[in-house]
Amino acid sequence: MSQLSVQHLLGIKHLNKADIDLIFKTADHFKEVINRPIKKVPSLRDITIANLFFENSTRTKLSFELAEKRLSADVINFSASQSSVKKGETLIDTANNILSMKVDLIVMRHPNVGACDFLSKHVNARIVNAGDGTHEHPTQALLDSYSIREKLGEVTGKKIVIVGDILHSRVALSNIYALKLQGAEVKVCGPKTLIPKYIESLGLQVEYNIKKALEWCDVANVLRVQNERMAINYFPSTREYSQLFGINKKLLDSIDKNIVIMHPGPINRGVEITSDVADAEQSIILNQVENGVAIRMAVIYLLAQQIQHK
Amino acid sequence: MFGTTMSKKILLNSKEIYIILHRLACQLIENHNNFENTVLIGIQPRGIYLAERLVSILKNDYHISNIKSGQLDITFYRDDFRRREAPLEANKTNINFIVEDKNVVFIDDVLFSGRSIRAALTAIQSFGRPSDIELLVLIDRRFSRHLPIQPDYRGRQVDVINEEKVTVNWKEKDGKDAVYIINN
Repeated sequence: MSQLSVQHLLGIKHLNKADIDLIFKTADHFKEVINRPIKKVPSLRDITIANLFFENSTRTKLSFELAEKRLSADVINFSASQSSVKKGETLIDTANNILSMKVDLIVMRHPNVGACDFLSKHVNARIVNAGDGTHEHPTQALLDSYSIREKLGEVTGKKIVIVGDILHSRVALSNIYALKLQGAEVKVCGPKTLIPKYIESLGLQVEYNIKKALEWCDVANVLRVQNERMAINYFPSTREYSQLFGINKKLLDSIDKNIVIMHPGPINRGVEITSDVADAEQSIILNQVENGVAIRMAVIYLLAQQIQHK
Repeated sequence: MFGTTMSKKILLNSKEIYIILHRLACQLIENHNNFENTVLIGIQPRGIYLAERLVSILKNDYHISNIKSGQLDITFYRDDFRRREAPLEANKTNINFIVEDKNVVFIDDVLFSGRSIRAALTAIQSFGRPSDIELLVLIDRRFSRHLPIQPDYRGRQVDVINEEKVTVNWKEKDGKDAVYIINN
């Protein structure tokens, strides 16, 4: 097996276990490449990639751009805030205009659920979803699983709890699909108002007590409280949230095992996680960022490989 | 005879390979003395067995210790990405030193079009600027080069037509040492 079963990376939902294994195996090679004195390979020198970011991003955008450049692709960047979208241009028009400039692959982040899926059906380019609304963020889930695999040897059979704002989190949904596919046990933990109503239909258990959740798990993936997506108050105050669901050193010391702490960033220090936990030995937050580049190189390389040479 | 019958002809047997490997080891010693500033790089996937074999001969039979060796994968540097029927599969690169100002010897089993070595020449630059680079191959297929690349050390030179395939079998991987010419 050396080819992905999909033509676009729209979500983890469309992948199978062999796809994930192939992405990880390829990422292993790229991780070695990005630790060399010269961190670049010429594979994609005749591929052009457009990064379309209709929503703010720091790490994902930088990570994709770096991955593309380390594969020697030509890269063009687009941010909605500085573009004709403000003048009323539609998504397909924007994409087709960019494609007229001979672009082979589009990496897109968009505030609307399904935007990447929609684009993949209407434009002639490979699409990589870099986050679509509250739906999926597949490369984040891949790099999270890859980081767990790196730290604990494998993902299969491991117990992972996803803590926080599950309702608004594309990271949570993609992670749930990815972890389930690899045979991990998954629980979610957070305030009742931030747990989606039909979460059990994904075959997950919900734990409302953070201490019990941490005692159960091998890995805690702590999500950011997404204030920008909350039009109403889902919990009384940030202070109350951090007292009930925030992870601090005292809480970690009170459980008698050493669990791995993850966070997709950006961190609200002192809200979902305190600084001493974020910077602790057992936190792999910065490893996640490093692995993000290798995973994105692997995904782009594997999709570009399928594009016929003209 | 009509139709397609596959024929497999033996080019080198294990004894001949044994003699050739020792000769190649001696030629390396002649040029590189105690290997102080030399690194041997096996080209993935099939050159690594030849490299390992030469290192062990140099160590055990000629008592040259501290030979630096590594494995280089050229998949991401090939010029036929997206031009092949089957996707390319990468192998492990294992070079935990810098080749800056070193004498590098590339080691591969068969030299055919020269394109793998072209890719290797690009790939090795990620690990520094070598002082010079040489090429050692077990089998040199004459008249089949696409690029101006020639070996500095060769085990055996052969003239085979393009439709024929030369395969090198190694004891540790394929059960016994042998070189075959296969005609499909």
